[in-house]
Amino acid sequence: MRKVAIIGLGQTPVREHWESNLRDLGVTALRDAMDDAGVDTVDGVCVGNMLSGALSEQEHLGSLIVDYAGLDGVEGMKIEAACGSGAAAIRMAVKAVGSGLMDTVGVVGVEKLTEYSGKFSTAALATAADADYETTMGLSFVGINALLMRRYLYEYKYDKNDFSIFPINAHKNSIHNPNAMFRYEISEAQYAKSKHIAEPINLLDSSPIADGAAAVIVCAQENISQFKGKPISILACEVGTDTLALDNREDPLWLKGVERSVKKAYYLADVKPKDIDFFEVHDAFSIITALSLEASGFAERGEAIKFADKIGIGIKGGLPLTTGGGLKGRGHPVGATGVYQVVEAAKQLRGEVAKEVQIENNNIAMAQNIGGSGATVITTILKRIV
Amino acid sequence: MDIPRYWRLKDQRYRLQGKKCLDCGNLSFPPRLVCPKCKSRNYEKYFFIGKGTVYSHTTIYQAPDRFDHIAPYSVGLIDLEEGVRITAQFTDVPAEELKIGMKVEMVIRQIYEDGPKGPILYGYKFRPVISV
Amino acid sequence: MSAVMKPLRNIGIIGYGAYIPVYRLPATEISELWRDGQDNLFLPVKQKSVPGKDEDTITMSIEAAQNALKRAQIDATKIRAIWIGSESHPYAVKPSGTVVAQVLGIVPDILSADMEFACKAGTEAMQAASAFVGSGMGDYALAIGMDTAQGRPGDALEYTAAAGGAAYIIGPAEESLAILEGSYSFVTDTPDFFRRAYQHYPEHGNRFTGDPAYFKHITGSVTKLLEGLNLEPSDFAAAVFHQPNSKFPQKIAKQLGFTSEQIKHGLLAPYIGNTYAGASPLGLTDVLDYSKPGDRVLIASFGSGAGSDAFSFIVTDKIKDAVKRAPLTQDYIGRSIKIDYSRYARWRKKINR
Repeated sequence: MRKVAIIGLGQTPVREHWESNLRDLGVTALRDAMDDAGVDTVDGVCVGNMLSGALSEQEHLGSLIVDYAGLDGVEGMKIEAACGSGAAAIRMAVKAVGSGLMDTVGVVGVEKLTEYSGKFSTAALATAADADYETTMGLSFVGINALLMRRYLYEYKYDKNDFSIFPINAHKNSIHNPNAMFRYEISEAQYAKSKHIAEPINLLDSSPIADGAAAVIVCAQENISQFKGKPISILACEVGTDTLALDNREDPLWLKGVERSVKKAYYLADVKPKDIDFFEVHDAFSIITALSLEASGFAERGEAIKFADKIGIGIKGGLPLTTGGGLKGRGHPVGATGVYQVVEAAKQLRGEVAKEVQIENNNIAMAQNIGGSGATVITTILKRIV
Repeated sequence: MDIPRYWRLKDQRYRLQGKKCLDCGNLSFPPRLVCPKCKSRNYEKYFFIGKGTVYSHTTIYQAPDRFDHIAPYSVGLIDLEEGVRITAQFTDVPAEELKIGMKVEMVIRQIYEDGPKGPILYGYKFRPVISV
Repeated sequence: MSAVMKPLRNIGIIGYGAYIPVYRLPATEISELWRDGQDNLFLPVKQKSVPGKDEDTITMSIEAAQNALKRAQIDATKIRAIWIGSESHPYAVKPSGTVVAQVLGIVPDILSADMEFACKAGTEAMQAASAFVGSGMGDYALAIGMDTAQGRPGDALEYTAAAGGAAYIIGPAEESLAILEGSYSFVTDTPDFFRRAYQHYPEHGNRFTGDPAYFKHITGSVTKLLEGLNLEPSDFAAAVFHQPNSKFPQKIAKQLGFTSEQIKHGLLAPYIGNTYAGASPLGLTDVLDYSKPGDRVLIASFGSGAGSDAFSFIVTDKIKDAVKRAPLTQDYIGRSIKIDYSRYARWRKKINR
């Protein structure tokens, strides 16, 4: 397999984009990434999206985006892996380019979640879970994560307010990200008072649903000199899976999908957790941040919060998390999120983010995108090309 | 109206009909075509008794559309006596009384009505044990 | 006069089970809301049982039937008929019985139908089951009386319209915990209470529901049953009468010559209200819970429209073990979660989101 790199980045702000449809968002991000790379066409387009059919009555996104992006005749397909759709689309591009089947592939993650009422979107998001045995029992997606959080609090005897460290950090960073949805700080006191969505998960544990699109252009590393974009090397983009339903897992507090995904990624990238300079964690809910830090090998079991506290997760800390605000601060347009994470990590490595959140001397970044309650996990490890 | 699904899953929802692997004895719910332990495809029906303990629980305040009319309601993971964990709603118990480790038993209740014209879906829920 | 009804083969109750939802609405909640509490001293019942937001006649029938099966200890698949008597079947068209039978695992070799005869639909099901087993068409039949009664907001019936009922497995006399001596059914066309199609709430004739309806029909069935069997009220250890409120069953008992001691068990209306088709069957489960071998027990239902079914049972030795195998009627009465009118209004769909 040949080495692959990211040569172009594009993103729309994460917002309630009432004025734009799926194709407008997707095409904007994709063409921005192509402009950044300095290309006027690609060999293929992978579209990461979860809910276009349910919430925009639109499937067949591959051809739609290719058509409206002015890429007449180019291959395009939609890739779906629930909230992991974005990074799953990157994974497909990496396979295509790495194998030599294609030289340059555009990846765009795009999602519109605000077309219908929140209740309707809540029901649509729950399709990531097992329809016959979880969703039909009235379990929402937030509910699944609440079950994990409740058990975690029970097993490891934390106070619920201890979890506030993650959303507070995310909001601190999102202030400096012009594309983030929430650009304000939150406090411990606000967290403690926040109302429950699914007990014990409160509003400030949860990433907001939103619209947005992000794109990257993937090329063969041997070809980077042909492009104007600043290249970032993809050392690994690896998938781990687990049972679809949470109840089928012997040990729900250990995200086996994360473990499987990072093991492969660390091996391929030839790095260890301590080599990672910052981590775009999938903070859809505070509890997922904790479980991810543990299963990714950063923290011991049950120690994620203590670990975060000790090592420091701020920009100047030992392991900065969610430097662009994460899913919590930036917003969570589900099928686009995995691409936003990689765009954010690549910008950090390129040294292109706001100076308040720019990490000095960074070299290796990790982004992790999680589908469902951990049934599909994609870990991407990026490295600056000197 | 997902009538075939309603019909197809009725014994699972009414009687916790799962499967027992004929090669390694592993029990599963939901029923699976391939044994997750030994990969065998030989199995027979197995009906779980419907008693267990609470592994985790949550109370849903922002519910999916279909369940909006009953929110808030509690859902959880239940460890069945036979060693299988399932997802189900709790009923007849105030949210603040639910506890991890609490003993619960299966009852059949309305899960949801498919609008005023559609079928009423019945299935398993769990409540604190009262039966002798 | 007509002879007492008696099947060809001797039959009886081989299993019985009660069910009452856990929620209770105090009558004062209704009185405060609609009458500023001025009738607080004259309430027809103290409180009534209210079904949870996920309960209906089908779900309640299932639990009662499961309790009956625990007591009967038979191979459930030998049950060849199921009748559910109710005026609150969840579907207008689609049988309640098939859902219950599927849950119990007693399909497909079974006869099933829903019955309706206001508050006597439950004993109607018991009559059908007795005839079915008594004629030899099958060895076991399941008869259920169950209701989630609806009262119009502010109507007198709102105080009492409650939820609950009981299930009976009828089988051969030699397996019975209570053997049927005979029964008597008595009906006339009487418009004391009715609900037209597509209407949510019933209409009733106020005081007309008393003498020409309740008292006349129960008097008819019980008097003729006792005459036919050559029995006196004093031959009975206990008696259960339909109980639309606390007063009527006590009054009819007295009129017919039964003492307050004979009706002390099974008089449940004061604690749970009127469970309609479930009322007299549920009274009987309570009586059976307290009965001893040799006891003779009377049950007389009343259904508007109108009619009454009366039965005489003799309890056998088998009652002693059977009682313990499932929750008692008083267990269900004892577990109680009080709710207020607003919760009641929401759960019973009197207000909708």
